[in-house]
Amino acid sequence: MSETQAAPTPARLAEQARAKAPHEVTGAQSLVLSLEALEVDTVFGIPGGAILPAYDPLLDSVKVRHILVRHEQGAGHAAEGYASATGKVGVCMATSGPGATNLVTALADAHMDSVPIVAITGQVASASIGTDAFQEADIRGITMPITKHNYLVTDPAQIPRVLAEAFHIAATGRPGPVLVDISKDALQARTTFTWPPRIDLPGYHPVTRPHAKQIREATRLIAAAERPVLYVGGGVIRADASEELRQFVELTRIPVVTTLMARGALPDSHELHLGMPGMHGSVAAVTALQKSDLLITLGARFDDRVTGQLSSFAPEAKVIHADIDPAEISKNRQADVPIVGSCKDVLVDLITSVDTDIDAGRGGDYAAWRERTQGWKRDFPLGYSESESGSLAPQYVIERLSAIAGPEAVYVAGVGQHQMWAAQFVQYERPRAWLNSGGLGTMGYAVPAAMGAQVGEPDRTVWAIDGDGCFQMTNQELATCVINNIPIKVAVINNSSLGMVRQWQSLFYDKRYSNTDLHTSADGQRIPDFVKLADAYGCAGLRCERPEDVDDTIRQAMAINDRPVVVDFVVHRDAMVWPMVAAGVSNDMIQVAKDTAPQWDREESEALPQDQDADHSEAEAPGEPGEGEDN
Amino acid sequence: MSQHTLSVLVENKPGVLARIAGLFARRGFNIHSLAVGETEHNDISRITVVVDVEGLPLEQVTKQLNKLVEVLKVVELDAASAVQRQVMLIKVRADAATRSQVLELVQLFRAKVVDVATESVTIEATGHGEKLTALLGVLEPYGVRELVQSGIVAIGRGPRSITDRALRGA
Repeated sequence: MSETQAAPTPARLAEQARAKAPHEVTGAQSLVLSLEALEVDTVFGIPGGAILPAYDPLLDSVKVRHILVRHEQGAGHAAEGYASATGKVGVCMATSGPGATNLVTALADAHMDSVPIVAITGQVASASIGTDAFQEADIRGITMPITKHNYLVTDPAQIPRVLAEAFHIAATGRPGPVLVDISKDALQARTTFTWPPRIDLPGYHPVTRPHAKQIREATRLIAAAERPVLYVGGGVIRADASEELRQFVELTRIPVVTTLMARGALPDSHELHLGMPGMHGSVAAVTALQKSDLLITLGARFDDRVTGQLSSFAPEAKVIHADIDPAEISKNRQADVPIVGSCKDVLVDLITSVDTDIDAGRGGDYAAWRERTQGWKRDFPLGYSESESGSLAPQYVIERLSAIAGPEAVYVAGVGQHQMWAAQFVQYERPRAWLNSGGLGTMGYAVPAAMGAQVGEPDRTVWAIDGDGCFQMTNQELATCVINNIPIKVAVINNSSLGMVRQWQSLFYDKRYSNTDLHTSADGQRIPDFVKLADAYGCAGLRCERPEDVDDTIRQAMAINDRPVVVDFVVHRDAMVWPMVAAGVSNDMIQVAKDTAPQWDREESEALPQDQDADHSEAEAPGEPGEGEDN
Repeated sequence: MSQHTLSVLVENKPGVLARIAGLFARRGFNIHSLAVGETEHNDISRITVVVDVEGLPLEQVTKQLNKLVEVLKVVELDAASAVQRQVMLIKVRADAATRSQVLELVQLFRAKVVDVATESVTIEATGHGEKLTALLGVLEPYGVRELVQSGIVAIGRGPRSITDRALRGA
């Protein structure tokens, strides 16, 4: 934080207005004053012994709204949902020991998906640290691998500085979770509160502006390419770079794929949008990457769910890799042109640079490639088969939900089949309309994250699209929603199973359904009955079991705004997510349905049958595919 | 497998070593040797870590280290342009019959005897890997009763200082 003598900017004036002369307070008051100064409007949390002092001044704060959740994991995911929907830092609070350890899943989730949250935990009194005191856990040690940074504060004088640093670290560079553990005696002791504190982070200098030489290099590769693809990841959403992305696509007319974390970064309706790549990506998106000669990678990280078998991923492509985190570049796939910078700044510079090329008549010509990719898009649209006997197809429910709730709604998924269908069949037209747990794959994310998103975006309709398994992990937050007037809507895609696991058992384990039956709708059992559960919580509970009732049910749910709604969509349990590339094999082996490779008109059929779960065999050779095993 | 020596300058704060050790463990980087101590600036500590890696993962190691908020600077010191030292204390069986032979070896290797008892001598040796291995090799026949060694510390040759630059960058 250099002390530049610039003219007063609005931000600086606001900072001055918030500046507080030193005055004596308790550590707990200092914490709440710091949160106010940081313009925190919402904290999700649960009090307990060690954090108790902080909850007293919190009661008096008119600026910070504390929402009492029912489980700390819910507080963590709510903070994530709030942050992902708004772009602001989400905040959660818990007590020491089990309160803090219950945040661990949400912190790990935020770490994997680069979500800016700050977790504040109480710790036992500093004199008791290390004695195995009641509700003591070394949460700083526990969360070291799953936070961007964390702190243990035992000196109340450090509270404002640490809070300011925590928010700065969470929100800047590659966003991520920061945990601040504060001992009980530090909260109780007298201290002096001054704002703004002096931030002291000599080792933290995130680079946001890309290097001009790398931009020139990238521009040269773009001009020389014949089959370029924009491989767009969640970094574009986090950097608020959607508008710049659209401009770049319009300028270059290069086809685009958006990863699971980037759905909505470019409108799905855009003609050059080929869909989502990866294990359950569209044929067009997966094939375009495989056939490409240049990947323009923006804020994506070559995750194994995107690349499949890494050694055969996009084998002919050179790679431009732009990311704000240098450690992501060349981690999995060697980059030919590494660019360290925020996606927004990178795109702005690329637009200028490529535009100059085009004006000078040096722009690339991708017309033939575009035509090929459009052909794949035309020939292999996403689809699904109507389920037999008039039962409900889960994909149909999600398609209708998208059509009725529209692009302005927020869609929040759990993890599993319903998540993939929600990624595929909701039409995303804007960034931050799609929230999910991508990296960690946290079942139970949807309800609390939707709650957080609804608090951050009170004027939008927020739909949690959840599975019957996921929903049972965190639905206790419906109580929080009812009590605090947070009217989320939950579509439970109820196939009475841990559906994705069941799909793998169908495909790779000879239909031996070991421990995936949840008894939530099949064979007349409803344990629990989700409509009654909703009712017990004071939510509206609806059920839909027939295709002809889907639209009416959704409209009915859309009309209820005074309390949360839970809709139990009882769907066909054997529906599967297609297309699919089995884990660990080449993306060339994409299948559009079981044992069905895309029917290529051209001579590019490299798709071969596959019959194994290679997820846990690290061997790069996927065995000999196509040996005629046929199950 | 090749070995690389990294000098990691870090803020002298509690828990920094745990962060770095944890990072190596969870990313599957192999630590061959580790030494930590304060520098001439008491708010900066220096960790010398020798890692076993191939070319590309080394880049990952340094990038991941640089991501840690409390890491100020990571410098690779290559063997040719740096001095590397390690201390070894060796307790060797040595009675009246063999003591003079052992002492002769100590002389040859420019090591020091730091403790003598009727049945043993304790030798302090400083150097880099090969010399110490050789010394240990010739002492082995007499009976090595106890061995302890420090981590390797390393410093670049010439007048330049990596800590100066780290402070200026801060």
